[in-house]
Amino acid sequence: MSETTMSGDDLAALEAETAAALAAAADLRAWDAVRVGTLGKSGRLTALLKGLGAVPAEQRKERGGALNRLKGALEGRIEARRAELEAAALEARLSAERMDVTLPPRPFPPAGADQGGIHPISRTMEELVALFGAQGFSVAEGPDIESDWHNFGALNIPEHHPARQDHDTFYLPAIDGRRPVLRTHTSPVQIRTMVAQEPPIRVIVPGRTWRADHDATHSPMFHQVEGLVIDRGITLGHLKGCLIDFLRAFFGISDLPVRFRASYFPFTEPSMEVDIGWNRRTGELGKGGDWLEILGSGMVHPRVLANCGIDPREWQGFAFGMGIERITMLKHGMPDLRPFYESDVRWLRHWAADPLSPPSLAEGV
Amino acid sequence: MKFPLSWLKRHLETEAPLADILATLNRIGLEVEGVEDRGAALAAFRIARVVEAVQHPNADRLRALTVDPGDGRLLSVVCGAPNARTGMKGVLALPGDYVPGTGITLKPGEIRGVKSEGMMCSARELGLGDDHTGIIDLPEDAPVGTPYVRWAGLDDPVIEISVTPNRGDALSLHGVARDLAAAGLGRLKPLPRPEIRAAYPSPLRWEIADPRACDFVLGRAIRGVRNGPSPQWLRDWLVAIGLRPINALVDVTNLFTYGLGRPLHVFDVAKVKGNILTLRMAQPDESLVALNGKTYALTPEDGIIADAGGPESLGGIIGGEHSGCDEGTTEVFIECALFDPVRIALSGRRHDVRTDARARFERGVDPALPPLALDLATQVMIELCGGEASEVVSAGTPPEWRRSASLRFERIAGLGGADVPPDEAVGILERLGFAVQARDAERVTVAVPSWRNDISAPMHLDQDQTLPAGRARAAAEGCAAVEPECDLLEEVLRIRGLDTIPAVSLPVAGIVPPPALTPKQSRAALARRVLAARGMLDCVSFGFLEGKTAALFGETPDAIRLENPIAADLDQMRPTPVASLLLAAGRNAARGWPDVALAELGASYRDPSPAGQLSVIAGVRAGSTPRHWAEPARAVDAMDAKGDALAVLAALGVPMAAVTVTADAPGFYHPGRSGVLRQGPKTVLATFGEVHPRVRAALDLAGPAAAFEVFLDAIPEPKRRKKGAPDLPAFQPLRRDFAFLVDAGVTAEQVLRAARGADKQLITDVALFDRYAGDKLPEGKVSLAIQATLQPREATLTDVQIEAVADRIVAAVVKATGATLRA
Repeated sequence: MSETTMSGDDLAALEAETAAALAAAADLRAWDAVRVGTLGKSGRLTALLKGLGAVPAEQRKERGGALNRLKGALEGRIEARRAELEAAALEARLSAERMDVTLPPRPFPPAGADQGGIHPISRTMEELVALFGAQGFSVAEGPDIESDWHNFGALNIPEHHPARQDHDTFYLPAIDGRRPVLRTHTSPVQIRTMVAQEPPIRVIVPGRTWRADHDATHSPMFHQVEGLVIDRGITLGHLKGCLIDFLRAFFGISDLPVRFRASYFPFTEPSMEVDIGWNRRTGELGKGGDWLEILGSGMVHPRVLANCGIDPREWQGFAFGMGIERITMLKHGMPDLRPFYESDVRWLRHWAADPLSPPSLAEGV
Repeated sequence: MKFPLSWLKRHLETEAPLADILATLNRIGLEVEGVEDRGAALAAFRIARVVEAVQHPNADRLRALTVDPGDGRLLSVVCGAPNARTGMKGVLALPGDYVPGTGITLKPGEIRGVKSEGMMCSARELGLGDDHTGIIDLPEDAPVGTPYVRWAGLDDPVIEISVTPNRGDALSLHGVARDLAAAGLGRLKPLPRPEIRAAYPSPLRWEIADPRACDFVLGRAIRGVRNGPSPQWLRDWLVAIGLRPINALVDVTNLFTYGLGRPLHVFDVAKVKGNILTLRMAQPDESLVALNGKTYALTPEDGIIADAGGPESLGGIIGGEHSGCDEGTTEVFIECALFDPVRIALSGRRHDVRTDARARFERGVDPALPPLALDLATQVMIELCGGEASEVVSAGTPPEWRRSASLRFERIAGLGGADVPPDEAVGILERLGFAVQARDAERVTVAVPSWRNDISAPMHLDQDQTLPAGRARAAAEGCAAVEPECDLLEEVLRIRGLDTIPAVSLPVAGIVPPPALTPKQSRAALARRVLAARGMLDCVSFGFLEGKTAALFGETPDAIRLENPIAADLDQMRPTPVASLLLAAGRNAARGWPDVALAELGASYRDPSPAGQLSVIAGVRAGSTPRHWAEPARAVDAMDAKGDALAVLAALGVPMAAVTVTADAPGFYHPGRSGVLRQGPKTVLATFGEVHPRVRAALDLAGPAAAFEVFLDAIPEPKRRKKGAPDLPAFQPLRRDFAFLVDAGVTAEQVLRAARGADKQLITDVALFDRYAGDKLPEGKVSLAIQATLQPREATLTDVQIEAVADRIVAAVVKATGATLRA
């Protein structure tokens, strides 16, 4: 038998024996004994490494390499077993900490507990529901992760349309060749509503929206409310009336100046942007002679109706959309967008609304 | 798009003041992004002549000037500038003028005994530069009395508008002028029609080798040109819009890009290899060194213009450096082509090149303009650089662009809600370049001008695949029927102004509208309010987080990992809002606020399908309860979270008696201190528990934390049944207490359920009021004390009856749990 095979055998035996000893070690103390017995000063592997000097020079390189590989393997096994034993020890401790979870909870609140509060975005959403509810709207909702068709195609934004570039879309891995998106607006819910429901339709769609843009005035996640009215005889005049009624009630300024400018969106025609009067310097709304763009709107494009199976010869209507953070900040004079999503309790306590006073038309939102 | 007002006025004949032009641009959909009016602040300053400059009698460094402001007066001005001298011309500020460079409004004064009735200004004092070594020294021919800014060309405001993607025609001053003229702000100046004489055959010709690369191209050479700097007016215009003047030939191409929205390219004929310019798709190994100095590796999807030596231009986007025109160019070849907008958009995006040419081609340029544009450009180049023109060479055919559209006048009110007389509507369309083909009382039919590719465009529908065929067809036909009409209606309304349309409140079916929220939607809002009333702060957090963090809370499928996150640590859609809230608790603790109660209504993402995005309300309590005289502070625990979850369920109408607790909560909870709230064996309503120490360690959350999540989609709609009559027995209830010693593994629920079941008639309630585990009890035993309420209905209970019920309760508990009754 040659020296080489002999060394292979003794190394394999050491590895097998150490593995068995580790498996048998039931706690960290036993584990440590195995570790010291193998890798410690007078451990078995250490002894073999020390003996390397006595190996004939022509075999030393091969033997040294084998020993080093074995050392790596044993260290790995020992470390893995330690992690296993520690996890088991934690689990054992945790199971000893078992609590009877069927106990009835304590009465609430504990003495001295602070009042909680409603986030300004949630509050604005409730106000939107109240104000548009009074105009006969109901609320429609839909998923955040959307198909490309619902978010773009159905809305007359084909693949290469320049408007797609403006949307800074977040994409998810493709399914059947199409990449789902995080919806860039809540318009896909308008599409879902038109596909699912025959006109007349009168819905608002509040919800989370997403765009790959992050700076002082843009958040990658934000909120929009959109509105959709499909009926017979609905005109641009109704769109104007609906928005003026809403804006004046929401901001609580009965003579708030509202300006309508022609614009373009792929999903409406005619399209218009809407400005409200304010003072650029002081931030005061309603007076001051400056204009602030606040929302986009228009008559639903016949292609969008046709994409959803609605005959534009018979039905027509309008749609609009605005940023919830934006109108919230304007209404309350909040200076900065970023804290909205940081859950800083100091900021939340400052801006949160009283949970026991939901918005009411009787009191004015 | 930026442009100086003077350039606009090259195309628009108007006396309208700037404010009217700006207001009209805004109104008609060419939104004004900004106006730079450098002249406004200096409007009062006039050119004046120094009639005489003498040494100030009382000051060595000052001079006493006699100044002619051009209004017949002679003014005395004291001046310290070393260059003030008799006969010079400069810029005079008078008392009352605000001098922007010094921030002072001038007052008449007297300096060391000499009257000073004005100030001769330096460039720095006017805010026009840094030069303060002396006063502005104007040339001899500067006209005295004229406002300085007008003479210096500084009174030319630069306007910036944003042009929407549908309006390629408005990326030109001619197009903007046409819209303004249509809106009543003046007259569109017609383009001249020059006669260009062809003096020689073209040295180059076109070949379209691949129709994808180009639809139609024209070209013409001019020989004998002397290229050099452009005239001042052209350089001023280009500088005003942020372009660098290069040389006359190149500057003229920019003049046409902005003036007519017609990008051109110029080749130096001497630098072109061979005599054929080929329009083809690029080979995979080809590259182009472009005019911006960058090298682009071309792909077979890029349309290029090549000569015998290879690519010379990324067609319609950017030209090549090699064959560009410079001061040494003596023969120029002008390219005027039509490219496919989608191909230009894709190539531009692929190589991330933003050029004025790309912006126009990807929106679509006027397909009928190339012959005229080529002639006009030839004319200007010959004017500026001399030379003689060759014949025109071309390849391909312009795409068919002629279309018509009809508008029923009734629709102006019927869809637009506007009262516009037919004559006015037709007038607007005509001013925009639409030609009336037919008109009667009901409708007008017009030919769409070549530059409006957005009107009556080919219809592309992308219909819902699940629509019944008949419905889909009817809808498509309807769209084809009304879309061109909507296009025209939009033109009429935008030019006339949307503000003139009367606002009409939306008709509501009744005074009291139907509920806006479904029961499910109201429940979500109620849940949020219940938790806030229990001291929790309602939060809104991003729905994505780092994959490693998400993995602590559940599955992290690749299907919901973003392909293009804004940051590597915001790429995985969260498995539960609990994750976001615990991260928030950690941030608050780091700020010195370790005791928080946070809640969020939001999605739990499992997969990309609509059903895989669960509506969840979750909450986290971290740290301790408040320190208070009435109650000692203690660490939050699983019972706090359970209380929150149960409060939500109760508020949402879940019958509490039907809720059971199982111990199989998800792995992010402490395995021994967590539970699942269920209704029946299958429906999981909520989970709650202490957060697993491993999860807290991974999130660097030092203190204790408890969390819960309620699955709003799982909660059945509460039945809206009318309540029956209340149970109001005539006899007083009796209450009896029992204390049992049980094994520690026996749950309170087991004891309560057994006791309740002992006599379903008589026992109306059983409640746990004490739990004790401690050194007074044997190891592994717990004492549970309950109170049973007995409600007699027919007669007061006798002692014997009471004893019998008590015995049954004890027997039931002993049987179910192996308990012993404590003495």
